[in-house]
Amino acid sequence: MRTLAGVEDEEKWLAEGIAGIQHNAFFMHRALDANNLREVLKYSALMLSELRTSKLSPQKYYDLYMRAFDQLRQLEIFFKDESRHGLPVVDLYELVQHAGNILPRMYLLCTVGSVYIKSKQAPSKDVLKDLVEMCRGVQHPIRGLFLRSYLAQVSRDKLPEIGSDYEGDANTVIDAVEFVLQNFTEMNKLWVRIQHQGPGTVREKQEKERNELRDLVGKNLHVLGQIEGVDLEMYKETVLPRVLEQVVNCKDKLAQYYLMECIIQVFPDEYHLQTLEALLAACTQLMPTVDTKIVLTQLMDRLSNYAASSPDVLHEFLQVEAFAKLSNAIGKVIDTQLEMPIVGAMTLFVSLLTFTLRVHPDRLDYVDQVLGACVVKLSSVPKLEDARAMKQVVALLSAPLEKYSDIVTALTLSNYPRVMDHLDDGTNKVMAMLIIQSIMKNDSCISTADKVEVLFELIKGLIKDLDGTNVEELDEEDFQEEQNSVARLIHMLDNEEPEEMLKIIYVVRKHLMTGGPQRLPFTVPPLVFSAVRLVRQLEAQGGDIAGEDVPATLRKIFQILNQTIEALSSVPCPELALRLYLQCAEAASDCDLEPVAYEFFTQAFILYEEEIADSKAQVTAIHLIVGTLQRINVFGVENRDTLTHKATGYSARLLKKPDQCRAVYACSHLFWVDDPEGIKDGERVLLCLRRALRIANAAQQMVNATRGSSGPVTLFVEILNKYLYFFEKGNPHITPSDIQSLIELINTEMLSDNGNTTIHSDPFFSSTLRYIRFQKQKGGLMGEKYDLIKL
Amino acid sequence: MNYLLGAFKPACNVSITFSDGKNRKQVPMKKENGQTALVPLFHSQDTISGKVCIDPYQGKKVEHNGVKVELLGQIEMYFDRGNFYDFTSLVRELDVPGEIYERKTYPFEFPTVEMPYETYNGVNVRLRYALKVTVTRGYSGSILEYQELVVRNYAPLPDINSSIKLEVGIEGCLHIEFEYNKSKYHLKDVILGKIYFLLVRIKMKNMDLEIRRRESTGAGANTHVETETLAKFELMDGTPVRGESIPVRLFLAPYDLTPTHRNINNKYSVKYFLNLVLVDEEDRRYFKQQEITLYRLKEDASA
Repeated sequence: MRTLAGVEDEEKWLAEGIAGIQHNAFFMHRALDANNLREVLKYSALMLSELRTSKLSPQKYYDLYMRAFDQLRQLEIFFKDESRHGLPVVDLYELVQHAGNILPRMYLLCTVGSVYIKSKQAPSKDVLKDLVEMCRGVQHPIRGLFLRSYLAQVSRDKLPEIGSDYEGDANTVIDAVEFVLQNFTEMNKLWVRIQHQGPGTVREKQEKERNELRDLVGKNLHVLGQIEGVDLEMYKETVLPRVLEQVVNCKDKLAQYYLMECIIQVFPDEYHLQTLEALLAACTQLMPTVDTKIVLTQLMDRLSNYAASSPDVLHEFLQVEAFAKLSNAIGKVIDTQLEMPIVGAMTLFVSLLTFTLRVHPDRLDYVDQVLGACVVKLSSVPKLEDARAMKQVVALLSAPLEKYSDIVTALTLSNYPRVMDHLDDGTNKVMAMLIIQSIMKNDSCISTADKVEVLFELIKGLIKDLDGTNVEELDEEDFQEEQNSVARLIHMLDNEEPEEMLKIIYVVRKHLMTGGPQRLPFTVPPLVFSAVRLVRQLEAQGGDIAGEDVPATLRKIFQILNQTIEALSSVPCPELALRLYLQCAEAASDCDLEPVAYEFFTQAFILYEEEIADSKAQVTAIHLIVGTLQRINVFGVENRDTLTHKATGYSARLLKKPDQCRAVYACSHLFWVDDPEGIKDGERVLLCLRRALRIANAAQQMVNATRGSSGPVTLFVEILNKYLYFFEKGNPHITPSDIQSLIELINTEMLSDNGNTTIHSDPFFSSTLRYIRFQKQKGGLMGEKYDLIKL
Repeated sequence: MNYLLGAFKPACNVSITFSDGKNRKQVPMKKENGQTALVPLFHSQDTISGKVCIDPYQGKKVEHNGVKVELLGQIEMYFDRGNFYDFTSLVRELDVPGEIYERKTYPFEFPTVEMPYETYNGVNVRLRYALKVTVTRGYSGSILEYQELVVRNYAPLPDINSSIKLEVGIEGCLHIEFEYNKSKYHLKDVILGKIYFLLVRIKMKNMDLEIRRRESTGAGANTHVETETLAKFELMDGTPVRGESIPVRLFLAPYDLTPTHRNINNKYSVKYFLNLVLVDEEDRRYFKQQEITLYRLKEDASA
C-alpha cells in the first residue's frame, strides 16, 4: 500500500499520525494529572494505536515511534508511583493486558513490565521471558521490530547481569543472555521478512529501507557484547552458536553480512580467536551472494591487530592453529562461491597474508602456502584483467616485502614468481619496481647466484620485452626510471666470495643480454663496473686465491666484459662502449694482462674510427683515450708506441683547430708519466707542445682572417701552462728560454689584438705569470729553476 | 387487571426489608427501563428472611382479605412478554383478612430455598427471582409489591478439564493448530493458549480471538438462536511465517459473562464459544469456533 503512494501522501500520513499521538497524549496527560488510571490507560492505548499504521516507510515510522516513546516515559513514571494509581504493580500488569488491540497492549505491557522488574516483586527473568514471548503476537515486520526494540530499550538496564541489582538467586546472567538472544532471534526474523512484503518491483527500495533498520537488530548484539558476566565459556557454548545459527538459517544476504560484521566488531578478539572454528564454519555456510570476503577480511584484520597488540597473545594463536583454520576457511569460501570475482579472492588472500605476517612472521612456509593458493586460484581463470584484482595482487606481493626488510626472504618463496606471472605487463613492472625499491630502501645485498636468478626472474618485466608488449606505448621517462632502478639493483648484487660473485655476474649478464637495444645502455655499465670491481678485488687478493686459477678467471671475466661491451656497441651506443672499453683496459692493465688491455684499446680505437663521427664526441673520446692511455703502464714499448702514435694521430686530425691544439698538448702527457718507472721521453713531449703551438698559431690566424681580430690568447696560455708543468717536472728539453719566448709571444699577440687595452687583461695569463713570480720568490730548488725565466 | 388499578393512589406503602440486608452483598442489575439498580445477591440454599411493613397513609385504613408474601422464580420469553412461567413459587400467609389502621410489620422466612437457576438477562429471555407481597382486597384490587433478587450459583471445580487442541486449515493455503489450555473456564479465568502456524500461504492482516454467546430459546420449530460477540481480542498483527507460534492470553474478567446454561427448564440455553478469526489482506475472514464452558467459581473472601 505504502509503496504505491507518493512521498507527499506519506508526509500527510505521518502528520496525521503525529497529530493523533499529540491529541491522545494531551488527554493522557490530563488523566495523569488527575491520577485517573482508567482514563490514562484508555488514552495511552489510543495514542499507541497510531503506531498500528502500515502506511509509513521505516524512516517515517521511526519518527512516529520516537514521539510515542517520549510519551511512554511519562507513563512509566506514573506506573512507578503506586500512590498515584492505587494498584499493586502485579494487578497493573494484568490490567494493561485487557487492551483489545495487540500493539498498544504490548507497548503498555513492556512499560509496566519494566516497572514490575524494578519493583522486584517478581523475578526479572520471569517478567522478561513473558514479555519477549508475548511480543510474538506482533508479526508485522516493521511494527514488530520497533516493538521489540522498545522492549530491548526498556529492559536494557534491568537485565540480571553480573553486578546488577536484578541478579541473584534465581536470576542469573544466563537469563539475561537468554532474553537478549531470543529477542535478537525474533527481531532478525522480522527484519529478514520485510523483503517478502509488497510486490517485487520495489525490491530495491525495500532493501534500502531494510538497511536503515539494521541497527535495531544489531543493537541486540551490542547488548550481548556488553552484558557483564558473559565469559568465554558462555560465549562459546551459548551465545555464539545461537547467534550463528540464526545468521546461517535466516538465509538472507543483507542480514548475514550485517550480522557477521556485527559479531566481529562487538565481541572481544580473544573470543574470536577461541571460537574461530565456529565462526569460520558459519562463514562458509553463508549465502553465495554474501560478500564473505569482507567479513573474513574484517575478522583477519581484527585478529592481526590483536596479535600485534601484545606478544603475549601470540601463543594463543598457535594453540588454536589460527592460520590453518583461516586458510582452510578461505579455501572453502573461494571454492564454493564460484561467482565471487577474482578481486574478492585476491582480497581474501591479502588479508590472510597480512594476518600470517603479523602473527607468524617466522613461518615462511605459511606465506608460501598462501601464495600457492593464490596461484592455484589465478591459474583457474583466464588472463587477469580486472584492474582492482591486479591491485590486490600487487598488495599481496608487496606485503612480504614490507614485512621482511630483507628481500632475500621473499626470494625463497617458491610461489612468489608464480604469482607474478599472472600479472599483466604493466603491473608486473610496477611490482618489479616495488621489489627493487624495497631492496634499495633496506640496503640489502643479494649474495648468491641462485637468489639473483630468482630475483631476475621476478623482475623480468623490467629486464626484457615481454611478449605482446607494445613498445611505443612506453613512456620515455618511466622507462628510464625503470632502467635506472635496474642499474642500481645490479650494484646491490654482491658477494665477498669471488667465485660466487662471478656466478652472479654470469647470471646477471645472461638476463641483461635479453634486454634489447633500449635497455642495454642502462644496464650494461653497472654490470661492467660490477665485473671490474670483481677484477680489482681478485687482483688485490693476488695469489691468495686458488693460485693458478686466478689469471684464468680474470681472463674469463675480461672475455665476458668484451662480449658484453660488444653487445653495447652494436646497439649502437659507441661513446658508452668506448668508455667501458677504456675502463676495462685500465683494469686489465692493473692486472698485468697486456694483451687483454691492448685488445680493449684496439676495440676502443676501432669504435672511434668507425662509429664516432660527431666532432664533439670525438674530442671527448680522444681526451678519454689519452687520459686512460697515459695511466696504463702495462704496455711494452712497441704496443705503447702503436697506441700513442694512433692517439696523437687522431688528435691532430680533429676538425676544429682549438680542439686539435688541446688534444695535441694533451698527448704530450703520453710521453711523460710522472712516476719513477714511467716513460719520460722529453723530446717527444717538446715535439707535441711545439706542434700544439703551431696549431694554436694557425688557429689564431684563421680567426684573424675570418673575424678581423685574433681573439683570445687562451690556447697559448694553456700551452704555456703545459710548458711550465713539464719544466717543473724536469724535462730537460723544456728550457727557460722556450718559456720566455712563449710569454713574449703571448704578450705580442695580446698587444696586436687589442691595442688600446692594457696588458695582462687576460686573467688566466696574469695568474700564470703570478704563479711564476711566486715560484721565483719562494726560492729553494724550484725557485732556482724559475729564476732562469726572465719576465 | 391489577396494574390498571395501580394508577390510583394506593392506600398504603408496602416495603420489604431483608433481615441481613445490611451485610448482604448487592450487585447491579439492569432494570427494564434501562437503569441499573443495586439488588441483593442470593445463592441457592440461602434462607431468605425479612420483614414486610405495611404503612397506611395518614388517616386511611386498609381493608384486606389477607396478606401474603411469595418467592417467585420466573422465566419470561420476550416473544411472549408479560407471560411468566413460574418454576418456583413459595407462599407465606402473613395475615388473616382484617383491617390495618397503622403501620404493621410481618416477619417472614423461606428457609434454605432451592434456587437452581441463576438470574439471567438475555436477548430473548429473562430469568428472575422476586419477592412478591400481595395485600388482597376485594373490590378495589389487590396491592402488589415486588422486590427483585439476584441469584448466582457457584459451581465446583470441574473434575475433568482437558485442553482444546485442534488442527484446522484450508488445503494448500493455511494450516494452523491451536490449543487452549482448558475447555472449562470460570468467569475470572484467563485463557492461555498457543496458535501454531503450520502453513501460511496467505497474507494476513490480523488474528482475533472472539468470545461469542449463543442464546437459544424455545424448542423444536420455535427455537430462536441469538448470537452476540462479547469480546474481540487481537492476538496477532501481521503475517507470521511457517513454524511461528503466537501466544494467547485473554483475561475474562473485563467482559460481562455468565456461566454456561444448558437447557434451563426446557426453556433456553446459553452457550459460549471461542472464535478464532484470521483476516487476510483482502479482508476475507477465516474462522474456527470452539465451545467452552463457563462456570462461576466461588470467590475467595478477599475477592
